[in-house]
Amino acid sequence: MARMKFLCDADRCIECQACVTACKNEHEVPWGINRRRVITINDGLPGERSVSMACMHCTDAPCAAVCPVNCFYETDDGVVLHNKDTCIGCGYCSYACPFGAPQFPQTANFGTRGKMDKCTYCAGGPEPDMSHAEYVKYGANRLAEGKLPLCAEMCSTKALLAGDGDIIADIYRERVVTRGYGSGAWGWRTAYGDTVTV
Amino acid sequence: MTIFSRLFTAFGLVLVLSLGAPMASAQVNPTESSVTEDSLFEALGSAPVTGRTTIPDGKAGYLINDQNKSWAVLQGQTLHTISIWAVIGMVAILALFYLVRGKIRVDSGLSGHKILRFNGVERFAHWTLATTFIILALTGLNLIIGKSVILPLFGEATFGTLSTWGKIAHNYLAWPFMVALVLIVLLWIVHNVPNKLDMEWIKQGGGLFKKGVHPPARKFNAGQKLIFWSVVIGGAALSYTGIMLLFPGEAGTAADWQFYQTIHALVAAALSAIVIAHIYIGSVGMEGAFDAMGSGEVDENWAKEHHSLWVEEVKSAKDGDSKQAATPAE
Repeated sequence: MARMKFLCDADRCIECQACVTACKNEHEVPWGINRRRVITINDGLPGERSVSMACMHCTDAPCAAVCPVNCFYETDDGVVLHNKDTCIGCGYCSYACPFGAPQFPQTANFGTRGKMDKCTYCAGGPEPDMSHAEYVKYGANRLAEGKLPLCAEMCSTKALLAGDGDIIADIYRERVVTRGYGSGAWGWRTAYGDTVTV
Repeated sequence: MTIFSRLFTAFGLVLVLSLGAPMASAQVNPTESSVTEDSLFEALGSAPVTGRTTIPDGKAGYLINDQNKSWAVLQGQTLHTISIWAVIGMVAILALFYLVRGKIRVDSGLSGHKILRFNGVERFAHWTLATTFIILALTGLNLIIGKSVILPLFGEATFGTLSTWGKIAHNYLAWPFMVALVLIVLLWIVHNVPNKLDMEWIKQGGGLFKKGVHPPARKFNAGQKLIFWSVVIGGAALSYTGIMLLFPGEAGTAADWQFYQTIHALVAAALSAIVIAHIYIGSVGMEGAFDAMGSGEVDENWAKEHHSLWVEEVKSAKDGDSKQAATPAE
């Protein structure tokens, strides 16, 4: 089965932060937690580029490798999700993740972290699809509704692409060929072992 | 400012701008100047790709940190294997030792006469350290091997609840452990300074491997000194790295935190193995040994065999006391 991926075309991203805002709003993400963020490289210099980054839903996800309670699982679409009932908030995943995806609400003293929260690829969690319990813990399940992640769907410049990895790679490849340049599929080599070659 | 000087300034400004304009308006070739992932990776080596982000957490300003994956392998596989083998290995060695040597008996038999070895304060410190250490070790071990041992046996829900409570216990019991560790150092450090007797004890293998061999020792023999220093140094290392794990903000970068976690896991595995041996020799491994920390009073013959010089010290001190007590009456 195809693997769902994100691809941020940095040559199109205008750092408008709409993906960040849309994600927070769609899933009612609490204060202090950002499932998605935009990072600007070479800020203010020639060749400045912005990349919208969230969980990349890696193959052989390092977060799952270090999780002491095995709370991670992968869906048939290749989306890496986690079970908040099993999560103990140890924080190991956040130190294993190359993309800074896992987020923790601080809930108590001694640095006690609450349950981990991260991008679900708008695919909810282990609870029944589109149930209230699922919404409260993980946010909306757009994939179950037949929709793609909101961040990519509403990106004004179509910089952020979401969908079947092969299809979005083709779209990106076509763009690079047409316009003659491309800064690369950011994070793909780290997440999937190979990048999009043109 | 007169109208002429204003005009002069205005002309000057236009002149400067028109000279600078060709540079500013030149077409920037986005292909040439844009940053590409491949070239950035090449330039940075394994260092993280960083930039600026507008969300409040400044630490979120890195884009890709490939190094985190190496720690994931270290934690997920290497430390997992080391921890399991440290525990299984030590249990196997002790089982073998028990089969060959059996329970170490008091050669001269029990005398029935008891002498005080550890007073209430010493036993309180020891048992506070011991109980907290055992819970810390078990809950810590659960984080490493629980998913391959307890999870298949009890299922995700039970294992999740158990691990949550385990983590809370680990975070909070660390503090009484540290207090007891300080107490142990204050109480026993004077008795644990290495000296010439220890060399002799080690040469004779502590009498562990041969019946009837009893090298002389004061309050603590070389074996016990090894346990003491392992616990003190290992415990201090665990405490320091543990505090860094509890307050990740204090630890520094992700690489620093990963370093502390690795040290924490390695020292914990080593100290757990050492303590398993300590528990063995203090309970089923040796007749009469448990009394020292149980009631605090040991059999005199046991004491003579394992701590001959200490018995003499205690006896002469007692004689001295009774003599002193007798003198004022003169």
